[in-house]
This record gives sequence, structure tokens and C-alpha cells, in this order.
Amino acid sequence: MNVAVLIKQVPETTDVKISRETNTLMREGVASIINPFDMYAIEEALRIREQHGGKVTVITMGPPQAEEALRQALALGADDAVLLSDRAFAGADTLATSYTLARAIEKLGGFDLVICGKQAMDGDTAQVGPEVAENLDLPHVTYVRRIEELSPDHMRVQRMIEEGYEVIESPIPALITVVKEINEPRMPSIKRMLRAKKAAITSWTAADLGADESRIGLTGSPTRVIRVFTPEQRRAGEILEGETVQEKVRSLVAKLKETHLV
Amino acid sequence: MNYFLTEEQQMIRDLARKIAEEKVAPRAAEFDEAEEFPWDLIKILAESGLFGVWVPEEYGGLGGGVFEQCLVVEELSRACGAVAVSYAASALGGFPILLFGTGEQKRKCMPDIASGAKLAAFALTEPDAGSDASNIRTTAKRDGDHYILNGTKQWITNGGEAEIYTVIATIDPSRGARGMTAFIVEKGTPGFEFGKKEKKMGIRASATRELIFQDCRVPAANMLEREGKGFIVAMRTFDRTRPGVAAQAVGIAQGALDRVAKYATERVQFGKRIAEFQAIEHMIADMATQVEAARALVYATARMIDAGERDFSREASMAKVFASDVAMRVTTDAVQIFGGYGYMRDYPVEKMMRDAKITQIYEGTNQIQRSIIGSAVIKQAMRRP
Repeated sequence: MNVAVLIKQVPETTDVKISRETNTLMREGVASIINPFDMYAIEEALRIREQHGGKVTVITMGPPQAEEALRQALALGADDAVLLSDRAFAGADTLATSYTLARAIEKLGGFDLVICGKQAMDGDTAQVGPEVAENLDLPHVTYVRRIEELSPDHMRVQRMIEEGYEVIESPIPALITVVKEINEPRMPSIKRMLRAKKAAITSWTAADLGADESRIGLTGSPTRVIRVFTPEQRRAGEILEGETVQEKVRSLVAKLKETHLV
Repeated sequence: MNYFLTEEQQMIRDLARKIAEEKVAPRAAEFDEAEEFPWDLIKILAESGLFGVWVPEEYGGLGGGVFEQCLVVEELSRACGAVAVSYAASALGGFPILLFGTGEQKRKCMPDIASGAKLAAFALTEPDAGSDASNIRTTAKRDGDHYILNGTKQWITNGGEAEIYTVIATIDPSRGARGMTAFIVEKGTPGFEFGKKEKKMGIRASATRELIFQDCRVPAANMLEREGKGFIVAMRTFDRTRPGVAAQAVGIAQGALDRVAKYATERVQFGKRIAEFQAIEHMIADMATQVEAARALVYATARMIDAGERDFSREASMAKVFASDVAMRVTTDAVQIFGGYGYMRDYPVEKMMRDAKITQIYEGTNQIQRSIIGSAVIKQAMRRP
């Protein structure tokens, strides 16, 4: 069972600063980490390898310093790491990013399973995973909280939804994005950290991927960020007063009727 | 202070810190309250490879030394003194094998100690042999190619949880220190049982237990060094592990200081953050200065040992006595600054004060340390013309 994990290096803060000029993330002066949700993806891949054998390959697209994130993944136990780095990739939105990642997966010969974190902590779009799947014409399941079954040709997974979870069966190869409920990521080992420090990391440019130049970087990114803002909070709830439960229920029913909800 | 660690030492410290902060600290109070051995955390430490930092590479370790061991102990102690001592006690049990074992003994034991697959423990103390270590009554009687052990060891850290025990017995109590002999005894050896598990003031999650030997047959091949060398084995081991206890003390003190510094900027009385009161500010300054001085002495000692200095009993004792006294003072002051909250078990500093106390007592009381230091200084003075 060969698994690819797509990871992103993000600033180590939830308080992301956005440049007023370019409307892109400002990374200066903030330490970088592997996107926390991707840690669950790496852990799940390692567990799959422990159970089914095979290899775990970690892939990221980013500036040269994203190599550090790959070394951290190797220290956790990943077998191989691939960095996609090229000035031409800069300014990519989720569409261009997913195209680029998909080309790398193709060049690596495909995988039985591709795992992503549910979303990146900085951009918060949750789009790259599904878009990679579309680029590769793979089925995908988002927000996976448990892999119930994994066989050479299919999987059964639990997909988290607001009210509980759905059980979804799908053929593999497939792509899943995972939520933090799926596992508890392990700690790196000091020996693997030392090995990872010296490990050779494959680095590919746009040319290495044979990527269509119109589909990468800023050129391949139709997204235009006009303004970045935190949406207004939903209206505060209303607490119904009343002496007894019956009274409160009566006023609740009246309210629901008033607003035509029942 | 910048101690100019090598890149590898920084990685070791950072990993130990990460585990301490993310895994150990959130559960320290829970394990303390339950007096439960923290196996979950020990397993995480084993998987991290940190048990092997001081073990040579040929036995599956990282090839570091006392200093690397101290870095790990210090970081773990910032989060929990009990987890730290459970980790450190495995080195205490393992060092005699590394220092005095035959190639075969080392090949058999060290890889499991280095990987954390097995915990080790060191057994010297008995009811009537604490500071007076040569007064032990556990006997080892030769019988063909075996020794038969009889007696009871007391207050053995990792007792019952460890698989590998370095046990000091005597082949002849009338010979005192010269009768003492060290053996490797594995858990499960017939005649080797565990007795009472102690209920302690601090480091409550760690296991402190009696070892009971009743006609326990130990192969002669498990003897370390030779008959009569047990006292030397114990003392040379302590020289290397006392900096570890000192590092534990530094870590506990640093943990208390970290929390105090944060608390003092949050707690408001008389309309001001208490950090703005000079009385508090100066206490914090003294705490920080003492912790740094203790750390500097511990690091310097550990590095001296690793660099190959031959005689370092005096410095190892100085590090232990100084750092543990600092830990006691600093944690007591931490409770004082936290005030009533500090005395409550809802806050972490009272545990640190309880945990700090033992560092003045075990691996040689601070009084014994002072005797070692004093006699070394006086001997040196007398040698001068």
C-alpha cells in the first residue's frame, strides 16, 4: 500500500497577518511548522504502512525552506520526500497548487491512497485536497475521522459531518482528507531526526514536472483576493425566560410559529 | 545563557522539551494524584529514542554522554520530576553495566536499555544501609556457577517496573565495602520478588519499591567486575549519575520559575500586577540567578566527565548539592509567590516543591555530598607542601 501525503508549511500561529498590498499571507518573522492538520495525515499514512506495508511519500509545494517541513515528516518516519519548488509556482491559488501537486503525484507513478489534512491552518480553504483528486480523476472523501477498512481495491471510511458521521465506501486509488479525530500523531524519534537532517530530498521545478505554464503559479490562479476579513458573528441567540419549563416551551413554540419555522 | 550546544544536543533538548510540554505536562498532576507509574509517557520516550542518548552507538544508542542525559532529564523535570526520575533511573541501572560489564553483558543488556524496550534500576539501599552504603546485609553466596542472593533492598526507583536490575550484595558482611559485589538480575528470576510499594511525598508517579531476594540463583556470568568490587561499581556509577539528579533539580526549579514569571504578570493585587512589586521582582531575580548558576555548574561538570576527566567525584557532588538546594529554595519561593493558590493542588507549584525535596536526599544525601566535597578539598590541601 503506497501512500502519498500532501503537506503544507505554515506559520506557527493562528493569528495570520495579511499583507495590505498583496492580500497574501505574511510569513516574515514567524517560525514555520507543518500544518497541524497535516500531522494527522502523516500519522495515518504511517499507521497504514505499519499495517499493510508499502511506502509513505510526503510531498509539498513551497519555497526552498519548505524542505524543513519535509525533514520533519522524515523524522516522523516517512520514507521519501519531494519538494516542488520553483519561482514559477509563486502566487499559486488552490487551483494552481492542486494542479502542480497532481503533476508530481503522476510523475511519481501514482499511489494507492493520497492523504491530506482537512485544511491548512493559514489559508483555511480546504480546497486543495479535493482539487488534487479532481485533477487526477480520483474519487475523494473529505473529513475522514476513521478508516474502517482498507483492502487492495477499496476502502470504507467514516466521514465526519455536523450531526455525526457517514460511512462511505470507495474504490482505491482515492484521496482522503482527515480530521484531528482520526488519530494522535506520534513524536519524532531522535535517530530519525538525525537521519532526516542528512537525507537527500528530491526537489522538482515546473520543468521537471512538465507542467503547463499557464496552469501554475500566479498565471494559473484565477482567484483574486479583493479583501480578507473575518465574517460577522451570527446574531446572538435569545434566551427565553419563564417560570416553568412548560412556560418556556410554550414561548418557544410561539416563537417558532412566528418565524414560520414550524 | 547560551551554552553553545552542538546541533545534535539542540535536537535532543528540543525533542525532550516537545515531549515534556505536549505529552508530560498535561498529565503530570493526574499521574501524581493517582500515584500511578506513567507507562504511557515512558513508551513515548522509548519511541523517541531518548533512552539511548548516553549509550554508545554500538549498543544502539546515540553515542552521547552524561551531558546529553542531563539535557533530557532537565527538560522532563520542567514538566514532571517523577517522569524524569523514572527515565533517569534507567540510566542509573544501566551505567554500571556499561562501565563495568563484559562485552557479552553489554551486548545482552544495553540495546534494550538504549531503546527503552526495557527499563533498568539500581539496587543498593537497604533499611540499615542508606548513607552507610557498605552496611548492606543482602548476601551473595557462591554455589558452583551461580550466586545465591538473599536479602531485601529498599526504596528502589523503577522497582517492579524495570526488567534489568543492578543489585549490590555482599559476599561477606564482615568485609564491609570490600565484600560488596554487583550483579545483573533480571525480573522474573525465581526467588526475586517485589515487596511494598512506597507512598511518597513527591515524585509520586515514580515507582519506589522493595526488592526481595529469597534463595535467588543468579548465574555467575551476571556478576559485574569481580567479587569485592561492588562498592567501586556503585561509587563510579554515582559519579556519573549525580549530575543527572542535579539536572533534575535544575529542571524542577526552572519549571517553577517559568510558572512564577507568568503568574506574577497575571496576578493583580492593589490594582497592580504583582510582578511590579519590588518584593516579588527581587525574589524572581534571585530565583533566576540561582537556577542559572546551578545549570552552569551541572553543564560544566557533565561536559568535564564526557571530555574524559578521570576524577570528578567532587564536582559531581558539588553539582548535585548545589542544584538540589537551589531547587528546594526556588520551589519554596514559587509557592510563596503563588500565595494561597500555590498551596492548592490545583496549581502545579506545590507538586514541584514536593518533588524538589527528594533531590536533596537521594543518590547520596546532601550531607554525604558535602563530606565527599570537604574531604576532597582537605586532601588536596594536605598534599600541597
